[in-house]
Amino acid sequence: MNRRDFNKAAGAAAVTAAFPPLNVRAQAGSLKVGVLLPRSGVQAGIGQDCHRVVTYTAGILKDLGLPGLELMNADTESNVDVARSRTERLISEGAQLLVGAFDSGQTTAIAQVAEQRGIPLVINIAAAPPITEQGYKFVFRNFPTAPMILGDAFANQLEVFQATGVSPKSVVFMHVNDTFGQAMQKGFTGVMAKFPAIPYKVADVIAYDPAARDLSVEVAKARASGAEALVMVSRLNDAILITRELVKQRWTPSAILSMGPGWYEDQYLKTLTKLSDGPLHFVPWFDPNKKLAKQVEAVHNKAFPEVSFGTNHVFTFEALLVAADAFKRAGSANPKALADAIRTTNITDNVSTGPGIQFDAKGQNDKLKNSAIQNRGGKLVVVAPKGASNAKPELPMQPYDKR
Amino acid sequence: MPFEVYLNVAASGLLTGLVYGLMALGLSVIFGVVRVVNFAHGEMMTLAMYLTLVLFGALKLDPLVLLVPVAAVLFVFGYLLQLGVINPFINRPEHSQFMLLVAIALILVNVQLIVFGPDAKGIRTAYSFDSFQLGKLIVDASKVYAAGAALVVAAALFAFFRYTLLGKAIRACADNYDGARVVGLNVKRLYALTFGLGAACVGAAGAMLMVVTDVTPAVGPAYTLLAFVIVITGGLGSMPGALLGGLLIGATEALGGVLFTPSAKSMFAFALLVLVLLFRPQGILGKKAS
Repeated sequence: MNRRDFNKAAGAAAVTAAFPPLNVRAQAGSLKVGVLLPRSGVQAGIGQDCHRVVTYTAGILKDLGLPGLELMNADTESNVDVARSRTERLISEGAQLLVGAFDSGQTTAIAQVAEQRGIPLVINIAAAPPITEQGYKFVFRNFPTAPMILGDAFANQLEVFQATGVSPKSVVFMHVNDTFGQAMQKGFTGVMAKFPAIPYKVADVIAYDPAARDLSVEVAKARASGAEALVMVSRLNDAILITRELVKQRWTPSAILSMGPGWYEDQYLKTLTKLSDGPLHFVPWFDPNKKLAKQVEAVHNKAFPEVSFGTNHVFTFEALLVAADAFKRAGSANPKALADAIRTTNITDNVSTGPGIQFDAKGQNDKLKNSAIQNRGGKLVVVAPKGASNAKPELPMQPYDKR
Repeated sequence: MPFEVYLNVAASGLLTGLVYGLMALGLSVIFGVVRVVNFAHGEMMTLAMYLTLVLFGALKLDPLVLLVPVAAVLFVFGYLLQLGVINPFINRPEHSQFMLLVAIALILVNVQLIVFGPDAKGIRTAYSFDSFQLGKLIVDASKVYAAGAALVVAAALFAFFRYTLLGKAIRACADNYDGARVVGLNVKRLYALTFGLGAACVGAAGAMLMVVTDVTPAVGPAYTLLAFVIVITGGLGSMPGALLGGLLIGATEALGGVLFTPSAKSMFAFALLVLVLLFRPQGILGKKAS
């Protein structure tokens, strides 16, 4: 390169840098959305489940009259450091908005990068409260925090206990020892204190490794506590391992009250067949009566007939919905304009349970509500809250050896 | 906490430890003779587990029966791997061998991920949810069968090395490389045979583990690490040491989990490793380097 070429190139670069809005406007035909999910590693199953939504969202957004999204996929490999580096890379490759990333630890790392670089992040799933307590201006979460999940879980439990007439007097709280599990554990006691009508005492708290290959020790310890029921915060593989151990160690708790993923997932139901029946889940879910919920579920069932529509799909879809809606209203892919548009989101025709999608000053949708669902005959039925249920709860659980 | 809880947990840990011991035995045999550290050991184990899964789906035979063909396939895999890929690296610096085997491990993990996907997959046998009750002691039936099979395979391997000419020839290679060559032993072939035998151990252990737990491609590196902890504790290159290491690690993890906190049970295995390295660096049954 000679001096003249260098000057031309430098001049062009200077003009481009001096007029960023023009530059961005030129790309405003579609929004480049970086979708970060743990598609390999320990959480690969769930990450890939979330990713299913990415494959069919475009058609639904088009039906809703929303602009198209140019999706850029990245695998966090279930690892916080990889999540951080993939975020950096997506932004360098032109991502104008980020969506992700299922896990609270990875999402925390992504949020830090997004805030530093001024790129909006719409969190699909991550419950650790600190993520939206940092004063971030570019981070938005359409998923309940751990205390919100817990608060609704206790309210729904009371409804279930009242409906069945079964109230366990003591429980063991077992949780995965990761960011989500720890956040739930920390919140559990505090939130429970706000529900004096809860009938049980916590006999023991048992944390375990999310990548554990054998949970016999954990179940033996829980059984030895003499508790009547289990309160669980799990992932998928550990939920299967724990159920197997319960059967082998000949212990059927009167209730399994799950406040996280795992126990209601398809693989859990398919792997354990009739042994999967009984657990109750208090989880962010969808309102089956909402118009958009019916539409998205129908599209999902057509695309993936073997995979039940659930939490992972609902909130990954809604994150993309928020992105498209903000892009339409902002009329620009400028990250700051997008962030401002997301802040004023007001989507009432949505999928999840609750009045809709709005964000508070911290970037949190604090209007979301949980549902109680139960495994019955290899399917999931909604048993609470009463207004959004399609079955009555059944407790105590049928003994494993009599199925 | 009632005493029977400790008893139940210790029994479970010892039974699982025996299967882990068999897996580590393969690593110890390979290192003891070929002097190559197999960093793809856990990934070979998951390969065996997936092979068991496929054969179970096709033949509907019990995994404890399938351990014979799975061990045979892994033997051939190990034999060819040593003969074709690892032998040229035998006299190269250790870091070259390390990189080679790490590369093989990465390839195995990713191929498994492509072929089988990331979800955990398991086998359900007629006795998957059975347990034996002896008074207050409840023992997992699957672990009892798997541990019994591990003992039989380990005994067969010990007998092979002790009583057969081929086994003695392999031990001769391990004791004195130059001497073995001088008396006319085909050392490269014997190395390949040894790697094959180590891989067969892993194959058998993988088939047994399918009775006890599920498999995902992601668990391979964890099994590699576990095998290292076991053989270093028991004594690198010592066959009885590998089995003893497996038992100790299994029991330590189980009892540590119930006495303190289950989430930190691996910590106790590593604590045991640190103690062994401090006070008996050659491992419990290992020989001091001359």
